Amino acid sequence: MTEVGTPRRRSEDARLVTGRTRWTDNLQPAGTLHVAFLRSPHAHARITGVDTTAARERPGVVAVLSGADLAAEQGSLPCAWVVTEDMKHPAHPPMAVDEVRYAGEPVACVVARDRYAAFDALEDIDVDYAPLPAVVDMERAVQDGAPLVHEDLGTNRSYRWVFENGDLDAAFRDAPVTLERRYVQQRLIPAAMEPRAVLCEPDGEEFTLYSATQIPHILRLMLATVTQIPEHRIRVVAPDVGGGFGSKLQVYGEEVLCLLLARRLGRPVKWTESRSEGNMAAHHGRDQIQRLALAAEADGRIRGLKVDLLAGMGAYLMLVTPGIPLLGAFMFPGIYKMGAYSFTCTGVFTTKTPTDAYRGAGRPEATYAIERLMDELAAELGLDPIEVRRRNWIGHGEFPYETVAGLTYDSGNYEAATERALALFEYDKLRAEQADRRERRDPVQLGIGVSIFTEMCGLAPSRVLGSLSYGAGGWEHAAVRMLPSGKVEVITGSSAHGQGHETAWAQIAADRLGVPFEDVKVLHGDTAVSHKGMDTYGSRSLAVGGVALFNACDKVVGKARVLAAHLLEAAEDDLEFTGGRFSVRGVREAGATIQEIALAAFAAHDLPDGVEPSLDSDATFDPGNFSFPHGTHLCAAEVDTETGRVRLRSYVAVDDVGKVVNPLIVEGQVHGGLAQGIAQALYEEAVYDEEGNLTTTTMADYLVPAAPDLPSFTTDRTETPATGNPLGVKGVGEAGTIASTPAVVNAIVDALRPFGVSDVPMPCTPERVWRALNQRAEPEESAEPGAGGGLGSAGGAR
Amino acid sequence: MIPATFDYVRPATIDEAVAALADAGEDAGQDVKAIAGGQSLMPLLRLRLAYPEVLVDLDRIEALREIRDDGDAIVIGATATHHQVLHDPLVGEHLPLIARATATVADPAVRHRGTFGGSLAHADPAGDLPAVALALDAVLHVRSARGEREIPAAEFFVDWMTSALEPDELLVAVRVPKLAGPGWGVHYEKFHRTAQAWAVVGVACAVRRVNGAVEDARVALTNMGPAPVRASAVERFAEGRTISRDAFRAAGEHAAAGTDPPADLHGSSQYRAHLAKVLTARALTAAAGG
Repeated sequence: MTEVGTPRRRSEDARLVTGRTRWTDNLQPAGTLHVAFLRSPHAHARITGVDTTAARERPGVVAVLSGADLAAEQGSLPCAWVVTEDMKHPAHPPMAVDEVRYAGEPVACVVARDRYAAFDALEDIDVDYAPLPAVVDMERAVQDGAPLVHEDLGTNRSYRWVFENGDLDAAFRDAPVTLERRYVQQRLIPAAMEPRAVLCEPDGEEFTLYSATQIPHILRLMLATVTQIPEHRIRVVAPDVGGGFGSKLQVYGEEVLCLLLARRLGRPVKWTESRSEGNMAAHHGRDQIQRLALAAEADGRIRGLKVDLLAGMGAYLMLVTPGIPLLGAFMFPGIYKMGAYSFTCTGVFTTKTPTDAYRGAGRPEATYAIERLMDELAAELGLDPIEVRRRNWIGHGEFPYETVAGLTYDSGNYEAATERALALFEYDKLRAEQADRRERRDPVQLGIGVSIFTEMCGLAPSRVLGSLSYGAGGWEHAAVRMLPSGKVEVITGSSAHGQGHETAWAQIAADRLGVPFEDVKVLHGDTAVSHKGMDTYGSRSLAVGGVALFNACDKVVGKARVLAAHLLEAAEDDLEFTGGRFSVRGVREAGATIQEIALAAFAAHDLPDGVEPSLDSDATFDPGNFSFPHGTHLCAAEVDTETGRVRLRSYVAVDDVGKVVNPLIVEGQVHGGLAQGIAQALYEEAVYDEEGNLTTTTMADYLVPAAPDLPSFTTDRTETPATGNPLGVKGVGEAGTIASTPAVVNAIVDALRPFGVSDVPMPCTPERVWRALNQRAEPEESAEPGAGGGLGSAGGAR
Repeated sequence: MIPATFDYVRPATIDEAVAALADAGEDAGQDVKAIAGGQSLMPLLRLRLAYPEVLVDLDRIEALREIRDDGDAIVIGATATHHQVLHDPLVGEHLPLIARATATVADPAVRHRGTFGGSLAHADPAGDLPAVALALDAVLHVRSARGEREIPAAEFFVDWMTSALEPDELLVAVRVPKLAGPGWGVHYEKFHRTAQAWAVVGVACAVRRVNGAVEDARVALTNMGPAPVRASAVERFAEGRTISRDAFRAAGEHAAAGTDPPADLHGSSQYRAHLAKVLTARALTAAAGG
């Protein structure tokens, strides 16, 4: 049976879904102490005193430490992406010492015999704060005289990064059509199902740190750098990890502090965050203000695009904070051809939780901008939104295509995906219904949203990362060892936290080695087991790590072939390898299975000269290019003009992620991605008040949608193989998130365009939709063209 | 977060529970709270927004769970779970408005633990059942070591998360009159942003239709003030009118009268006032089959 392409159920799911597994918080070595953090209630304040006396005296308390107590050893949290030479990069102590710069920043910690005692003692720590002005609004933060987040930097601007190609002035000069828009990418909270958790076990001068992290390898290196504990004395284990979405692509202060506390106390220490702690102090995503200008010909062909971003860094630069918007820099042109492009990004400090990678990381923001603009352009010209895209997209015959942003898209077929999506969606039928509802002035209007996207993922060619001043490479490693019994262990440097590597990697290995799926065990997430790796983010696991595994398997087969030739007394060239068995061409009965060869290689009694015992190998793959999945997403939304409520009626996603290893896993990734992208459009926002307090600290206020809030998705695929890797695969982890947000908002705006509405800020809450309808309606009563005022009682409060 | 320290009592009978409330509260001067399903109280404890010194767990008191027919009313035991209420044939037959509203409470997991009486005693104006109890003129039966009393729903919900229960009093049952006579239709119109979220605004509505006109209307609003609100102006306007969409739309225009809607992340006061009107018209229409 061919494993690759089979929709196998995931072998890891039974234990993950039931929770009967090794989540970090489930681990409880004897003598474990529990840590609780006291966090700043202020967005910005000077710390003038910390009194821990009373807390120390409470029963069960082992230690109480403030930032000042650890100042000499705690170092500064790393930022591995220095995007410009003059980037302002403030120190970031794991626990605040003199000043707090966001609500939720740790200021002191209690270590106690149980979690209850630790939490109780927090209330007895007395911190004196001298409040400083909060810096909440990015546009105000960059004005002269604005209060500063970091006084010593003299500015709230961290950096300014520019990319230009083509003659933008010429593109805009005398352009028949120009559009200018301002879109806000609200802050989002990644909200992984498993909260962050850390357990550090000391063993003399060596430490094992368990963390709910996406990046055990990077974390180990960074912990060594920050704490000066030698790298080889630290082992990092990511046991089963319950989701990350980028929020666990981080080196957190709590991880550093647990390591330091374990060293100081000589006992295992554990910390598991509460949901509200996570909402405040795990990094946030998005947070951009986009100023966009687009110039086009009268027939809709794009002449040029200008992008000017303010990108919220929050209070500090964390692991890849400043680089996230730059991952979008190359994606604003999307799937379209144009002659001129200019991108400017200003990184802005505010007194809010730091931002960093969140599913899509820079690319959803860019895709949102261009796909909203394409709908605006279509409306401006009176064209169908599909047609205006068709006039601009890169044709199937034009690949490989070098874009105005300097990327080379290897392959794609936007025509095929779009055609399939339109058919599944019943586009023409829905357009007819839309016209009918407009005609009838139905209080519930129908809108159709289009989003045709591509994205760059599979991070990433190391030389490209180097040219962007990223701190590391983008390769991945895999090792394959045949055990004497013929079973197989696969070790991957990619660190699964919900992606299903244990299934997909076993499918690849089973096919390449010709062994049963059940005979393959996939090991990952432990630096003592997987000695090198770049971990999991940026839809890179399969497109980079899967290819490393493919290559490692081929090396094993190559070695087995040498042994088989020796055992069968045949020339290597005369051997065939099918179904896990070598045989001499034309002589089917003379053969040896790979399992038999593994045993022979283990015994090593009769090996050819120069061949080492054991059957194993490894490979490290550094991709030559990014991976460019694409797809066409169509959304039908019903908008209740009386209440502003949006109900998604249907959603069609036709994605092209190249060759597929496990269609069920791809389907799951698309569904989850759609849910998160729709969540940005309709539900989620990290809201801060004017004093800089986060007001969405619980799930009652930060609305994460669940199954009943989402439509039944219709998904399908087209398959245009990637040309840069032997598997032909592209990344899929972020595709749904990137595509769906603009599809939904375009649908809402499409429903409301007859009312004069051309935008609704995200998330498009019922009240915002209602206000968008009524802001227009009030000043210019029944002045709307076409549908006119008073569709039903659509004027609402009119 | 995790709760602060508290003492825990688990009585087996109502008498023991009432005694425990008296012992802790009156005698020892402690802050005492009864807990049933814990679906509202536990989050407050975990966030340390509530610090009771003693919790009296009602879970073992079987007598508090009973749902029975009492002639012209149904009596629902205080710790009958939402799930139990939702599937109870008496409730289904005589109190369909309660069944409808209960079906919208949170999610199945919450409905299996959360209790009918608990959600009334919690007196959260965003809860669905207080408005329903108000619309149906429910009477709350309360016991303490000092004796028993009955509190009409109209007097029970005092303020935001504040009921007329004294600290030593236990809600034991709720007596809900059956809707008398033929022609009743009911509806609970809940507007919430996600299925598991609280109501931004809710409208509980029972309408008796006789000869194409509204004979009797009971309307109460969820989350339109610090306590559930009886929409008396709507009721007065609707009663006696010939049933039509326009009549209900006009009746809905009175829904915001006398309300004091809150403002939060899910809606401003102005928006809630608007929603109340639209949703009331829809609830009346759905209930009357207009």
